[in-house]
Amino acid sequence: MQTQGAPILTPPYGTPSPFEAGVVRHARARGRIPTAASSTTPLQDLHGVITPNGLFFERHHAGVPTIDPAQHRLMVHGLVDRPLIFTMDELMRFPSQTRMHFLECSGNSNYAAAPASATAGDIHGLISCCEWTGVPLATVLAEAGVQSHAAWVLAEGADAAGMTRSIPIAKALDDALLVYAQNGERLRPEQGYPLRVLLPGYEGNMSVKWLRRLKVGDQPFETREETSKYTDLMPDGTARQFTFVMEAKSVITFPSGSQQLQGHGFYEISGVAWSGRGRITRAEVSTDGGASWRDAVLQEPVLSKCLTRFRAPWTWDGAPALLQSRATDETGYVQPPRETLIGVRGLNSGYHNNAIQTWSVLADGSVRNAA
Amino acid sequence: MRPRLALLAIVLAQVIGVRAETAPAPRYGLGTPATPAEIAGWNIDVRADGAGLPPGHGSVSEGGAIYAQKCAGCHGRAGEGGLADALVGGNGTLATAKPVRTVGSYWPYATTLFDYVRRAMPYTAPQSLTANQTYAVVAFVLNLNHIVPDGAVLDAKSLPHVRMPNRNGFASPDPRPDAP
Repeated sequence: MQTQGAPILTPPYGTPSPFEAGVVRHARARGRIPTAASSTTPLQDLHGVITPNGLFFERHHAGVPTIDPAQHRLMVHGLVDRPLIFTMDELMRFPSQTRMHFLECSGNSNYAAAPASATAGDIHGLISCCEWTGVPLATVLAEAGVQSHAAWVLAEGADAAGMTRSIPIAKALDDALLVYAQNGERLRPEQGYPLRVLLPGYEGNMSVKWLRRLKVGDQPFETREETSKYTDLMPDGTARQFTFVMEAKSVITFPSGSQQLQGHGFYEISGVAWSGRGRITRAEVSTDGGASWRDAVLQEPVLSKCLTRFRAPWTWDGAPALLQSRATDETGYVQPPRETLIGVRGLNSGYHNNAIQTWSVLADGSVRNAA
Repeated sequence: MRPRLALLAIVLAQVIGVRAETAPAPRYGLGTPATPAEIAGWNIDVRADGAGLPPGHGSVSEGGAIYAQKCAGCHGRAGEGGLADALVGGNGTLATAKPVRTVGSYWPYATTLFDYVRRAMPYTAPQSLTANQTYAVVAFVLNLNHIVPDGAVLDAKSLPHVRMPNRNGFASPDPRPDAP
């Protein structure tokens, strides 16, 4: 360059290069009401494991409320010795923790086949991963004094849906956080500003956003979101209820759907793996549709209930190829093939699809979704 | 389990157990006591056993008038669905290739319908219905599904006793891992 560039504070809050303008969230097609809809993280355009705050996936049931943190309150009541109301300032005075965790919508990765043109984000983009900061839920509950027969905690949002989910007390006292910051800055409005629940490894809907109330009880509250929704219908007509954990899963993000290889030669296959049960211990890749597998390298640090980046070198000879990845977690659980999962659950269970994804590389270098 | 691991597990269990149940947890003196009046103003959830249902009552016919005005635009005149979910139909479809999940075919508790309508409906004006109006709309939707008779009047006493067709259709705990 032989001319001066833009001065500082252009703009005061920095934004991506204009050449990256295409890296944005995309609406999922199903939404008929824009405030009860979802948008996906463009996994195929990201590197490492952190999702930038502006690309974190969205799922709202009644839009994004505008909440002044000075006016916001959290009530804790029910089976507690001391029902309490907290301001945001008070919640932020508690001893805090910072941890990295993924958050995945249990409706991620539809069971129904996606079109051949679908990207990794289109199919699997209801997952994001952040560094979260907040106060352990156990600390706040202890301040109120949870009674011995407590079994469930109702979390309620301040949005127009008054979103409610029941949280088992064991999870609430284990690794649950009340978070007010993500990736170093206060929560984005779409992520629950000024306060949300974060239940590491559990289906995203339970990490209630815009949190205004916690009610401790001795039984689940049987809310709409844990009965008529977020229950998994089986082929025999019965439904699984309280299926919380997001099982081990992985997806190759390069090369992935709608991308284009520029001729044969060296490429690095790259993707992300995660498990709601703990750490990823192994990620394997196949370039022949699962006939043979080899280990990918896991990028350190490998963290519990967090995205793990994996990579494997690949020399493409120009012939058609079928790319797959397969994750194993610390419990020994191995991500299943799609046919295996559907064989057990059918096509109408709606949630918790963690099956292996296949990308088809055609002879012209184009990459297509092969389900 | 090897002895050292077993000992560790016992110690851990004691630590976790103590934290969850008996020991006085560290208190930081943060927060303000919530008064009964404040709690009453926020405490809108309704449980399956009816705990939390407010005083009041509503009839199927009253609910029909409210439904036509405030609900039919999204859910259809007879609950057949439109912009928003269908509320009726689908009975006998849950084990088929095209299951239809509605209040009538899928929802296990009538109390959940009250809780949800009270907190989240009508979509353009949530929490605007009175208790009587909420009971009435719930009665109307249940009647559309032939779950309560035309003359039904629902209140805190009767609603928890409404038997939903799919009451026994749900199973827990979570059976996963189930595949492979």
